[in-house]
Amino acid sequence: MITALLAQAWQAPTIDWHAIAPELVLVAGINLVLFIDLWLDESKKWAMATLSGMVLLGAFVPVVTLAVVGGDVRDAIFDGRYMIDEYALVLKGLFLLVGYVVVLMSQTELEEGGYYQGEFYVLLLVSVLGMVMMASSRDLLSVFVALELLSIPAYMMAAWRKRDPKSNEAGVKYYLLGVFASGVLLYGMSLLYGTTGTTKLTEIGAALAIGDPSVMQVLAVVLVITGFAFKISAVPFHTWAPDTYQGAPTPVTAFLSVASKAAGFTALLTVLYLGLYGATGVHEPYIWVLAALTMTIGNVVALRQTNIVRMLAYSSVSQGGFILMPLAVMATDAAESALRAVVIYLLIYAFSNLGAFCVIMAVARKTRSGEISSFGGLMGYAPGLGVLMTVFLASLAGIPPLGIWIAKLQSFRALIDAGSTAAYALAVIAAVNTVIAAAYYMRVLRQIWMAPAPDGDTSPVVVPPPIRLALAITAGGTVVLGILPGLVLRFADLPDLTGALGF
Amino acid sequence: MYAANFLLLGAVLFSIGVFGVIARRNAVMVLMSIELILNAVNINLIAFALMNDSAEGHVFALYVIAVAAAEVGVGLAMVLMIYRNRRSIALDELSEMRG
Repeated sequence: MITALLAQAWQAPTIDWHAIAPELVLVAGINLVLFIDLWLDESKKWAMATLSGMVLLGAFVPVVTLAVVGGDVRDAIFDGRYMIDEYALVLKGLFLLVGYVVVLMSQTELEEGGYYQGEFYVLLLVSVLGMVMMASSRDLLSVFVALELLSIPAYMMAAWRKRDPKSNEAGVKYYLLGVFASGVLLYGMSLLYGTTGTTKLTEIGAALAIGDPSVMQVLAVVLVITGFAFKISAVPFHTWAPDTYQGAPTPVTAFLSVASKAAGFTALLTVLYLGLYGATGVHEPYIWVLAALTMTIGNVVALRQTNIVRMLAYSSVSQGGFILMPLAVMATDAAESALRAVVIYLLIYAFSNLGAFCVIMAVARKTRSGEISSFGGLMGYAPGLGVLMTVFLASLAGIPPLGIWIAKLQSFRALIDAGSTAAYALAVIAAVNTVIAAAYYMRVLRQIWMAPAPDGDTSPVVVPPPIRLALAITAGGTVVLGILPGLVLRFADLPDLTGALGF
Repeated sequence: MYAANFLLLGAVLFSIGVFGVIARRNAVMVLMSIELILNAVNINLIAFALMNDSAEGHVFALYVIAVAAAEVGVGLAMVLMIYRNRRSIALDELSEMRG
């Protein structure tokens, strides 16, 4: 086998440089940031944030030009194992934008906390590179490498406050469960490779579609989905999420709850739609149970939190359930609307959730507290932040015309399209959960609008310029996408990915 | 079949690893259990590459080895970090946050 391979004359593949330009810009940028950081004086470290932001925006340029140019040739580079299609481009754009907002958020936090700055931005950029690669991966191996590339820097970022026991605990818990999950995922992948004889997702899909899955294939599918379930913090594999979110520095929490989760969903989507769609009887009931549990338990536990970051952590767990919901019916007639629902949800959820974390950071700079009660009287002394927080939380609760309502609508539509009893049952569970979720978001809003300021401290909140910019981007995204959902709906018409499946 | 013995070995190693991660309280022992899982995967991949007569399994195993090394590097650094801060690497003592 090996000798036969070695005997072949090796030919250099033709590489479409334009297609992989976003990744190349990021790789060059990572090296640039790393080297400039070496020679930069401690007092000038603030420049690292600006440079990292420029690298992320620089990588955004080829994503836009690729989307404008279009074309079918670049889909086929790397033997169809690494695709640059519209689905990949939309998600790459999302990851780069989220990365930029997180850089803006980190700037003041790192400067004022006296943490290492250059290294942080390098790790952040590496993690974003992993996510950008994940959007294009169409092979078990590249999915795995991208997943590790985005996870390993995130473990370190979660533990960034080295002397703080809470941050230590956040990092260690995230690391141990994350690595365990990738072990489980890998074992499932090895069984998948063994029973189908290939690591290319489309070929695995073709092999699984023939006949009933064998016992080993059932085990493989369950283990692979379990591995991803850790990444997207689906109940019962969510135990790391609240502790990690609470202990990690706030910008990292925002990054994990938005970008890392979206990357996990991207991987799950690609693997499900290209590889595992044939094993309907295995993954549909499993994801049904995961989605129902995730929504319900995330919401019920969020109800009794007093720390706002912890509350948002559980809220992000339950939002994950809503994103997972359409995937429980993906193999029926609803396949296309399910895919669209998940992508739209990821895009809009990113803006609202990041925005909420931006406001928390801005307020915590003054109050030095993470308790929900510390938001009392915010409307009195910082009406701007109060209104923005209202917008973000109302969007997370799914109130029209703000952002997430259109995503929730799409998820429900996918379930209705499927039309089975199981789909209707899940829709009912989701509807009940929407009401429960509104309760705890409203509790924060009541503090902001009705309660008096704690200790009568009504000195104004100073919002530094980077956080202002981050707030403007996230608020703009939340409001505009809610009012003009057509913008994002057109993005999510994914002819390429669904076309590959022959829908 | 010859290769099936390797798959059995892989399954046993994987089970021991999962048991270790769940039952052990010492951070280093948990890291070692995770290594067992990753090596079970490697044995599986190589055995399957033999059965399927394809090179993809070999390539995959090489990547797993490299990534496992990177993961353990980060893991040991974290164990050192918690040891410096609390003079203990018992995982059940890590319970600052609850609820």
